[in-house]
Amino acid sequence: MVDSPRPQVMLQGAPPDDARPGIGASTSRIDGRAKVTGEARYGSDFSGGHNPAYAFLVTSAIARGRITMLDESDTRTVPGVLDILTYRNVGDRIKPGKTFDDKGYMGTTIAPLASDRVWHDGQIVAVVIADTFEAAREGAHRLKVTYAEEAPSATFDSPGLEIVSADSASREGEEPGEEKPQVGNAAQAFAAAPVKIDAFYDTPTQHHNPIELFTTTCSWSNGKLTVWESSQNVYGYQNGLAEQLGIEPSDVRIISPYIGGAFGARGSLTQRTALIAYASRRLNRPVKLEATRQQGFTIATYRAETRHRIRLGATPDGRLQALTHEGWEVSSRPDNYKVAGTDASTRLYACPNVSSEVFIVHADRNTPGFMRSPPEIPYLFALESAMDELAVALKMDPVELRRINDTQKEPIKGLPYTSRSLMQCFDAASQAFGWSRRTPEPGSMRDGDWLIGWGCATTMYPTQVAPAAARVTLTPQGSARIQSASHEIGTGIYTVVALTAADRLGIPLDKITVELGDSELPPAPVAGGSNSTASVCNVVAKACEEIRSRIARAAVTAQDSVHFGLDPASLTLTDETLQSADGRSEPLDKAFGRAAGGAMEVYAENIPHGAPPDGMKRLYRGTSSLAGGAKLKDRIQFAFGAQFVEVRVDARTREVRAPRMVGAYASGRIVNPKAAKSQLMGGQIWGISAALHEATEIDRRAARYYNDDLAEYLIPVNADIEEVQTIFVPEEDKLVNDLGIKGLGELGNVGLNAAVANAVFHATGVRIRELPIRIEKLLDAPAIRS
Amino acid sequence: MRPFLYERADDVQSALRAAAPTSQTSIPPTEASAQFIAGGTLLLDLMKLDTMRPQVLVDINGLERTHGQIAATAQELRLGALVRMSQAAEHPDILRDYPLIAQSLQQAASAQLRNMASLGGNVLQRTRCQYFRDPSWPACNKRAPGTGCSALEGVNRKHAVLGINEHCIAEYPGDFGPTLAALGASVETAGPGGARSIPFERLHNGPEVPNVETVLAPGELITGFVVPAGPWTRRSVYLKVRDRQSYAFGLATAAVALDLSDGVVNEARIGLGGVAYKPWRAHDAEAVLRGKPFDEAIAHAAAEAAFAGARAHGENEYKLDLGRRTLVRALLQAAKLEI
Ligand SMILES: Cc1cc2nc3c(=O)[nH]c(=O)nc-3n(C[C@H](O)[C@H](O)[C@H](O)COP(=O)(O)OP(=O)(O)OC[C@H]3O[C@@H](n4cnc5c(N)ncnc54)[C@H](O)[C@@H]3O)c2cc1C
Ligand code: SF4
Repeated sequence: MVDSPRPQVMLQGAPPDDARPGIGASTSRIDGRAKVTGEARYGSDFSGGHNPAYAFLVTSAIARGRITMLDESDTRTVPGVLDILTYRNVGDRIKPGKTFDDKGYMGTTIAPLASDRVWHDGQIVAVVIADTFEAAREGAHRLKVTYAEEAPSATFDSPGLEIVSADSASREGEEPGEEKPQVGNAAQAFAAAPVKIDAFYDTPTQHHNPIELFTTTCSWSNGKLTVWESSQNVYGYQNGLAEQLGIEPSDVRIISPYIGGAFGARGSLTQRTALIAYASRRLNRPVKLEATRQQGFTIATYRAETRHRIRLGATPDGRLQALTHEGWEVSSRPDNYKVAGTDASTRLYACPNVSSEVFIVHADRNTPGFMRSPPEIPYLFALESAMDELAVALKMDPVELRRINDTQKEPIKGLPYTSRSLMQCFDAASQAFGWSRRTPEPGSMRDGDWLIGWGCATTMYPTQVAPAAARVTLTPQGSARIQSASHEIGTGIYTVVALTAADRLGIPLDKITVELGDSELPPAPVAGGSNSTASVCNVVAKACEEIRSRIARAAVTAQDSVHFGLDPASLTLTDETLQSADGRSEPLDKAFGRAAGGAMEVYAENIPHGAPPDGMKRLYRGTSSLAGGAKLKDRIQFAFGAQFVEVRVDARTREVRAPRMVGAYASGRIVNPKAAKSQLMGGQIWGISAALHEATEIDRRAARYYNDDLAEYLIPVNADIEEVQTIFVPEEDKLVNDLGIKGLGELGNVGLNAAVANAVFHATGVRIRELPIRIEKLLDAPAIRS
Repeated sequence: MRPFLYERADDVQSALRAAAPTSQTSIPPTEASAQFIAGGTLLLDLMKLDTMRPQVLVDINGLERTHGQIAATAQELRLGALVRMSQAAEHPDILRDYPLIAQSLQQAASAQLRNMASLGGNVLQRTRCQYFRDPSWPACNKRAPGTGCSALEGVNRKHAVLGINEHCIAEYPGDFGPTLAALGASVETAGPGGARSIPFERLHNGPEVPNVETVLAPGELITGFVVPAGPWTRRSVYLKVRDRQSYAFGLATAAVALDLSDGVVNEARIGLGGVAYKPWRAHDAEAVLRGKPFDEAIAHAAAEAAFAGARAHGENEYKLDLGRRTLVRALLQAAKLEI
């Protein structure tokens, strides 16, 4: 039989895989095939063993008040309904837990079935469990809940808000003042500055909407709980759940090999998981929950709306003299969640006088949480829009304004950046974009009915590394297995781990298996803050180094080895051989046989610079200690990039489209350029989304989300995205960690929202300070004739 | 979602029998206990949201053999109720002679939905007002008569500015409907009382009684559409202005067909979408154009006339302006066409 010809699919512009695997080799994902064939199993693919029962949530129709009546009678008549959880039978049997910010694991302390109290729209008020999903859903629809409603506070400018300074609400272990970086006298310098910008900026509520819904499956056996749930933090979930249920962490196992999108939404434990575990224990049966898309808006976290006031003062030649950044962020009533991006925004440019402050605005909302580039997305929108306004006021090219204020030292404490290639990024991107052809006057570039606008902005993201552990096992056949409880959130961590092992052990990728996403494996930090590649690859390299060293030491002391008498440090594992610098080599199996009888297993831990000495102990308790960014005492470490965008605005009907983007990024060592490019490109596209499309609308009277589905919560579709160019600017940073990895998971989307707004100004003369940018904000553009 | 009976009909008679109303009391067809299901892209959505709760679903996809055809003659275009949106969007006669129909369907929904959804179901699609779709909102006259309208002072960026009253300001979201209104099409139906033909413009009611959306009787089946031919259909445009480039409902749309000779408008047909309570025909705007030499100024005058009676409720204020601009742009585009 002849094989049917396989279609050759080649992504346009995608480089072919590099021949020899290793750090820096462009490589297709090793899990790609499993993903596209459906072999890869995601959280919601598991059903917890035989005969699971199904749960369906009932969520509140009010944002604030009390439940006065729960009528279950109709629900109980539905055939197949097994159990109904409400505050009456849950109460304090599940502990609320502490939030992530508070050295806990939870996204919120609002324990939904603890009492009759309703804290926010869409709070879980009951869980109906039945033999089938359909019966559970029908039962849930038939449950009658009556409320005593109180007037809720929805968002900024609503009556009844509580506003507190983030500094007074700082978390344990933080020094007061950390939330308000300042230096010099910004007020005085601003007053004296010849050129000034003083403006407010707003970013909207956004929801992650990962394509995999929020699902949880729980099963108990002999007092031990197994949970299948997509998670960015399996050790955190394990420890958090144990605390909530009053059992030992060792009696909880979290399984999450593949994750159908997370973006921060699965970083902290939601309250649903303990409820499903509890339901499963009551029924002595596996229970599976698949929450609806609508429920995902309120049972998990989201990016809260923010407001900013930026004051910039500059000399006529563009030197910043004063920078004040004030931020306001919405949170829930009980929780102090905040992103406090002044950390980054006050350190981006050279400026002698800086002040800042962040305020938490407590409203009757669910608690917000991490969403890709949590602080930088809103805070750099404000700063980078203001910088563009300053460039306009100065009649200066916005790239030149950034060059004038570029610095290798952060201005607050004067600490050096470990590396900073911001202007190299601007130069590479502006050249690729054709920026020199831009005419500065708004409305001056036109293509038929389209008004063209070109804009740019800076992106920055902290380089963070956390304590991590890994186990590497090498067999006599030369196959390796790498184990670490890290998380594949779509970024390609299986592949970078395999590349690191291939690099250090000198074996091909098909001899490497990688196991991640299971709390029984050695612990790895939360997949957040773009730390995973740096944290996990460094510890895997460390374990591999131990293996290499054992093999090398055995060789140099063996008379039958070609390496006899050499310095073991000079030997490397390459191409399945043990090699010396002068080219002598010995097959791996032979060298290996001297060092070990059977397999060689090495467990390694790594505590990076700046992490607490007990970082590993904390990690085993599910707490990640991310070190880096602006939090180090001796230096500051960030990755940088430049974002360029072209927008087109219809001269008459004012639709905005962004057909062209160029981004250039410098982020230290790139482990897998192919996946890194996809990651950055995805970020650029999300930047367009954040600028033009995404916003969760809130009914201000009810404090409830309105457009809670993907038909009405818009993200770009293929037709919205045309040309996306992603450029790597080479950068070597030997300080950040041994491998020189800076991380780039969240670098691609930051600043793009500002670049789009800046481009829209260039196209229309209308400055949009409130995202998203929509038609109605552009209809009155007096500068432009239709 | 509640349990329901599912029946398949292979011909019109069995469909009517299966969907025959069980009681004599008059209820709006959308609330009848038996509902036809074609593509199911609207109905299943609303059932899962617990907004529609039919007890019987009558699957009419078996009628595709008899009511899934497109036939164009010199006099008219006939479209069966079970023609899929994608089928009509790609039909060569429609592409050539009725470009606005093809364009309205090409720009509607997504490829997957267009392959599934029928034209009969399409014209009966219901508003995207989320206060209506999500039954956890207490006030909605359309879903729960007499409870009030949450949108009047609520989130109403997408809501209608034409043909509304204080009972309901929901927008009709469809794209195909406005083209049928513009072209003076009619709807053919079969019902317990026999077959009838209804001018498309009269199929949908105004908001006087918001939960009674059409003049159809419970159990009445749409069998097809008839679009009269005319010298204006070729010079036609469907312009859809929306928040993203594809797969989004229109904020303002205009279906425009012009018969021009020597720069003078012999006939103009204008339908509007996204801005009105129902598929909207802008008769006043047509009258402004009829018999006049076409230029940008007259296009503006027509747009003024089209929106003369429009009223906004806050967030949708921009639609007054955007709706006019959309119509002007569509008229200018149509006038420029080389045909
Ligand atoms: C995400 C999304 C985006 C969309 N975007 C757009 C868009 O941009 N533009 C647009 O125009 N539409 C859009 N739609 C709507 C879509 O076009 C309609 O849902 C579809 O056309 C309905 O057709 P159907 O055959 O699936 O109807 P069904 O769901 O089967 O039926 C709809 C209703 O009509 C009744 N019905 C169906 N056929 C008949 C008949 N022959 N006689 C009497 N009653 C009948 C049913 O009982 C039901 O009440 C979108 C829908 C979705 C879900
Ligand atoms: S606009 Fe109509 S559909 Fe929407 S809430 Fe008001 S009455 Fe209901």
